[in-house]
Amino acid sequence: SPLFHKFLKEALNKVPKDKCVTVRDALNQAMDEELERDERVFLLGEEVAQYDGAYKVSRGLWKKYGDKRIIDTPISEMGFAGIAVGAAMAGLRPICEFMTFNFSMQAIDQVINSAAKTCYMSAGLQAVPIVFRGPNGASAGVAAQHSQCFAAWYAHCPGLKVVSPWNSEDAKGLLKSSIRDDNPVVFLENELLYGVPFEMSEEAQSKDFTIPIGKAKVERAGSHITLVSHSRYVGHCLDAAAVLAKEGIECEVINLRTIRPMDVESIEASVMKTNHLVTVEGGWPQFGVGAEICARIMEGSAFNYLDSPVTRVTGVDIPMPYAKILEDHSLPQIKDIIFSVKKTLNV
Amino acid sequence: MKTMLAIISNALCRMTGRNALLIGLSEYVTLTSPSPPASAQTQRQPPKPPPVSTRAAQLVSGQTTDQPVGPGARVVVSRSFADFTPQATFDIKKCDLHRLEEGPPLKAELTRDQGLQYYRTMQTVRRMELKADQLYKQKIIRGFCHLYDGQEACAAGIEASINPTDHLITAYRAHGYTYTRGVSIKEILAELTGRKGGVAKGKGGSMHMYAPHFYGGNGIVGAQVPLGAGIALACQYQGNNQLCVTLYGDGAANQGQLFESFNMAALWKLPCIFICENNKYGMGTSVERASASIDYYKRGDFIPGIRVDGMDVLCVREATKFAADHCRSGKGPIVMELQTYRYHGHSMSDPGVSYRTREEIQEVRTKSDPISMLKERMLSNNMASVEEFKEIDVDIRKQVEEAAQFATSDPEPPLEDLCNHIFYNNPPLEVRGTNPWSKLKSVS
Repeated sequence: SPLFHKFLKEALNKVPKDKCVTVRDALNQAMDEELERDERVFLLGEEVAQYDGAYKVSRGLWKKYGDKRIIDTPISEMGFAGIAVGAAMAGLRPICEFMTFNFSMQAIDQVINSAAKTCYMSAGLQAVPIVFRGPNGASAGVAAQHSQCFAAWYAHCPGLKVVSPWNSEDAKGLLKSSIRDDNPVVFLENELLYGVPFEMSEEAQSKDFTIPIGKAKVERAGSHITLVSHSRYVGHCLDAAAVLAKEGIECEVINLRTIRPMDVESIEASVMKTNHLVTVEGGWPQFGVGAEICARIMEGSAFNYLDSPVTRVTGVDIPMPYAKILEDHSLPQIKDIIFSVKKTLNV
Repeated sequence: MKTMLAIISNALCRMTGRNALLIGLSEYVTLTSPSPPASAQTQRQPPKPPPVSTRAAQLVSGQTTDQPVGPGARVVVSRSFADFTPQATFDIKKCDLHRLEEGPPLKAELTRDQGLQYYRTMQTVRRMELKADQLYKQKIIRGFCHLYDGQEACAAGIEASINPTDHLITAYRAHGYTYTRGVSIKEILAELTGRKGGVAKGKGGSMHMYAPHFYGGNGIVGAQVPLGAGIALACQYQGNNQLCVTLYGDGAANQGQLFESFNMAALWKLPCIFICENNKYGMGTSVERASASIDYYKRGDFIPGIRVDGMDVLCVREATKFAADHCRSGKGPIVMELQTYRYHGHSMSDPGVSYRTREEIQEVRTKSDPISMLKERMLSNNMASVEEFKEIDVDIRKQVEEAAQFATSDPEPPLEDLCNHIFYNNPPLEVRGTNPWSKLKSVS
């Protein structure tokens, strides 16, 4: 009957229109929306304009916004990072892309000494609203000089915010928040995630969707053990959790989303529930993100709830090798996470 | 007879402060003809009315002669203006040119008011730096302290040729520019002594002082140059016809990031004046020992350059005007090398005599001191009197003394301020102290 069809149509319209969006497209959308929203925002970096981005993250933006707002730079990281910081000091809101964060080492003085410390040194007179973004950590077969994870290096420094998204929703919401933040943000993407599609809720697809910096997300609830991770390894943790669930071990998986400031409260709340903690990251073990989590848990209220020491799962403490078999064994695999969980639970 | 009368009349006027001339004014001018160091032509203009004194906002001198006069003129309200030459033209040293057909003019006009203003600015910087030297030796200032005395003509000349709405960034020898860009002596000295009344509330120190359109004060040698190019990019982006003056030293001139900045600035035609303050020594290393080419004005390669006598405030002013016109006309960046000299060592921990002779320092002081040069020019062209300069000196000393008093008596910043200003426009956050139980608060 026509009434029934009308009812059905209305009901279907109310169903949220989730769709699959790759991380690349989510980042692209974030930048597009923020460029449109605020004319002070602009993007600079190598190949971001006419090449559409080395990893195509800025595809279409130059065509839409032109030379003034999407700027191709020469291969001069220290120079263009400094130029970006200067532009931020003088009232613009630059997005400075490093083709990979490995190249940011050339410019790290500008990120730390010129950007991060300035608000403090000037007692609040001089703000630096800038985002440094680009792929971080291991890729595939790119060997030692192109595979380093810089999360720990940047997160060490006061004055910076360090963000590390995992899925498309993270990527879009956090990049928008980072661009709108009046402070220097280091935004660590992951090249292997660019092409991965994730469901994005209708809410996440809106132009005003932002995710607050400094808040972790519980991706999967569980009661036996807490897994904390960031970026690509959140996916690994979820995969490990799925396997472990078949054996009756329920993992709570926390996606840090932000490295600095770290949402330790969320981790503590989870540990107080599960009594066990495993951290998972791609970076090297020494002085890393996992090391910081261990220290913070030890210093806080959750320590007394631990039934065993915290376990860190990390990249192997070596420069990244090239051969596939070696590379595969340089980074945490799902079986490493499963093994570590069982060891921590003593099962 | 007339000469005698003129001399007596002159003396009477000076003594009584009254306009009791025994001869006609026009004859007075020719009789007291000066022997200028460079040939000067005096121009007859009606004397200006006594000025209303305004505070140092007039560090920036306009190109026209009807700018409001600075505090320098305040002291001469009681004098007769008919005594002094209101304006003179001076020959200035020709600049060496790189990739330029024409350079700055060979003559500079100076009005009496401008002259007194520049004198006051330079003398203030000089006395402020010497006071800092004193306070450092008394251990009231600690850490780094890089003094600018000797180089005053650079800061004063540059400020005289740009607008307050233009932008300026420099390296660590920054106290002079902090002053010319509008920060009070009080706030500068209090920052050096680390007090809460300092321009950065005691958080920054000597090398990290900021003001509107002044971006410090930068500690990492050369890092300020890309920053300056970026500020120029912002000017171009915003279409506001402003420019950025980006300063660096002969030592920084060999930093790679400078050449990266030159490349991008030229490529994108950024309105940036790159200025090398060549004071002949990068810390303890002379320019000959550091650079394969000491023609710093040519180091921009494809960027035009001019080499300027940095001890002559008029030369600096004319060259910077020329450079500013170049940038504002859309021609892109330009490089200026100011040949100058610092009397002090690199910093307060460097006596400054292990790598150069005392004779050399003394020679510059006697023959090329920027403040003396300006004063002599003005005196020999009868643009001001010795007494006037003395009064200005006394006033400056008083101001610097008061500022030093403040800087030594103002309290240090409160401990509650320790973690503040990490972020801008941010909700309050907790900061870990030295131990896990020490939870400190940070507000923006």
